[in-house]
Amino acid sequence: MIEIKDLSAGYKGLPVLRGISLTVREGEFTGILGPNGSGKTTLIRALSGVLPCASGSIRIAGHDIKALPAKARARQCATVAQKNPGLSAVRARSLVLMGRYPYVSFLGGYSRRDHLRAREAMQETSCLHLGQRSTEALSGGELQRVITAKALAQDTRLLLLDEAASNLDVARTMDLYELLKAKNAAGLTILTVAHDLNLAALYCQRLVFLKNGSVAADGPTREIFTAQTLSEIYETPLAVAAHPLTGAPQAYLVPRA
Amino acid sequence: MAAAVPLSIYAALFFGSYPLSADAIHEALGAMIHGQAETQALVIVRDIRLGRILLSFLTGAALAVSGGVFQGLLRNPLADPFTLGISSGAACGAALALGMGWTMAGLSTLPLAALGGAFAAMILVLAMSRLAGDFSRESLVLGGIVVSTFLGALIALIKSLNEESVAAIVFWIMGSFQGRGFEHIELMLPYMAAGCALVLLLARELDILGLGSEQAAQVGVSVGRARIGLLVGAGMLTAAAVSVSGIIGFVGLVVPHLVRMLIGPDSRPLLLFSALGGGILLLWSDVLARTILSHGAELPVGVVTALFGGPFFCLILARGRRP
Repeated sequence: MIEIKDLSAGYKGLPVLRGISLTVREGEFTGILGPNGSGKTTLIRALSGVLPCASGSIRIAGHDIKALPAKARARQCATVAQKNPGLSAVRARSLVLMGRYPYVSFLGGYSRRDHLRAREAMQETSCLHLGQRSTEALSGGELQRVITAKALAQDTRLLLLDEAASNLDVARTMDLYELLKAKNAAGLTILTVAHDLNLAALYCQRLVFLKNGSVAADGPTREIFTAQTLSEIYETPLAVAAHPLTGAPQAYLVPRA
Repeated sequence: MAAAVPLSIYAALFFGSYPLSADAIHEALGAMIHGQAETQALVIVRDIRLGRILLSFLTGAALAVSGGVFQGLLRNPLADPFTLGISSGAACGAALALGMGWTMAGLSTLPLAALGGAFAAMILVLAMSRLAGDFSRESLVLGGIVVSTFLGALIALIKSLNEESVAAIVFWIMGSFQGRGFEHIELMLPYMAAGCALVLLLARELDILGLGSEQAAQVGVSVGRARIGLLVGAGMLTAAAVSVSGIIGFVGLVVPHLVRMLIGPDSRPLLLFSALGGGILLLWSDVLARTILSHGAELPVGVVTALFGGPFFCLILARGRRP
């Protein structure tokens, strides 16, 4: 689904990703982890096509994303961003409908089907009742659900998320990850940046750790989520034990003696 | 609201410095439709009043739509059709024509010079913004300030070189429809139609650009192309308006705000209703401008819009804040 070869990318004179290669197969639920400044958000921006690659290539479903027109790219891959700075006030429903933009021709309008898909997506993230509200009148968590609905309405086979749970309380976080799990079971490939190690370990089948702009560790969650790997990557002692109910590995902070 | 347009146009025919009875006006209207012989009333109603009324409506519509686009695109509630310095370009072109005494295109010389100046300023701002940062909001606003300041100095220079033209230049800049009519409509209408078509076609993209350029790109908008299309469209609307009327403030700033309060932020209805509202507002402002003084003297319509509009807008703002 995703083939990244030797990708370098960054900002004016400041390389962030230094030669990353990564392959994600269709149907995987992958978590991107790593300390602050390791390049997680930059990787998502490069994958979504808004940050040009300095060198290397990204292919999504076989297409080189540099060669793909914006609309075609948006039919392959939807993104839920970390922040929404300066979002203009619009009705929540209109915002979700924007996710259908890649399916609308230049002269045409949003069709009945587009409205229907937007509605379904809002049902999935349980924000249908917010439809008439202005985005200005939404709480951080409500806005996050509306924005997630927009990404689902895009009907892509690949979903990228950048800290999508950062504004959500525990219950809403679990709602979101349960939804992602169900979507993944139905065939959606998911790549999510996560700050919360344990949440990622509970839901992601595969974890990729970035550090200083390169892949520091990559593998199935149960094999790679070990005290040794985590402690090395985060440069702080961490202990790992199995979740009492699911058996998934979970990390524990260890106070320094 | 759409019905208010023909009603306003009809009602405005009754106002003017030359007294005409209702019967005379109806007779003249009938004569226009059936193509009867020219009478004095017909000439006044058709050539003097109707042309001017339609022109003021079109100009108001163009300014309001253009203001709505700039406010959305620059995501700044203080943006108006003049933010990018396009009006300074028009003023500079007009000042040149007046200062140099150009007459090569007859009565159209002045509006043509203003139109040329407006487009030159637009191209200059777009080029600067392109160089400085890919049409980002900051680079556009800064480019507009630079161009406005520079052209303002140029206008002052023209004024000081030819002091006889000062009054004419100042009067032109204040904005007025005095003595304007169908030939000005002919001149501005193509640019206005093209600009309107462009911004209405890109209204959906304008909405999505409100997400921020990165999120807009992620749902598939070609951000650069959409931005430049909207800028050129709104720029053409501004150029069309200012070239025939001078610089009429307030309409382009306030009408989109009022419409947004009434019907919400979706761009396409916002722009359509702004066009109607801006047109009607300027039409009646012009009626006031040409009838409020006695003995056929006129106020510049820009003075009327600002004088009556300012307090009115304060009132609306104060009421809107109340929960």
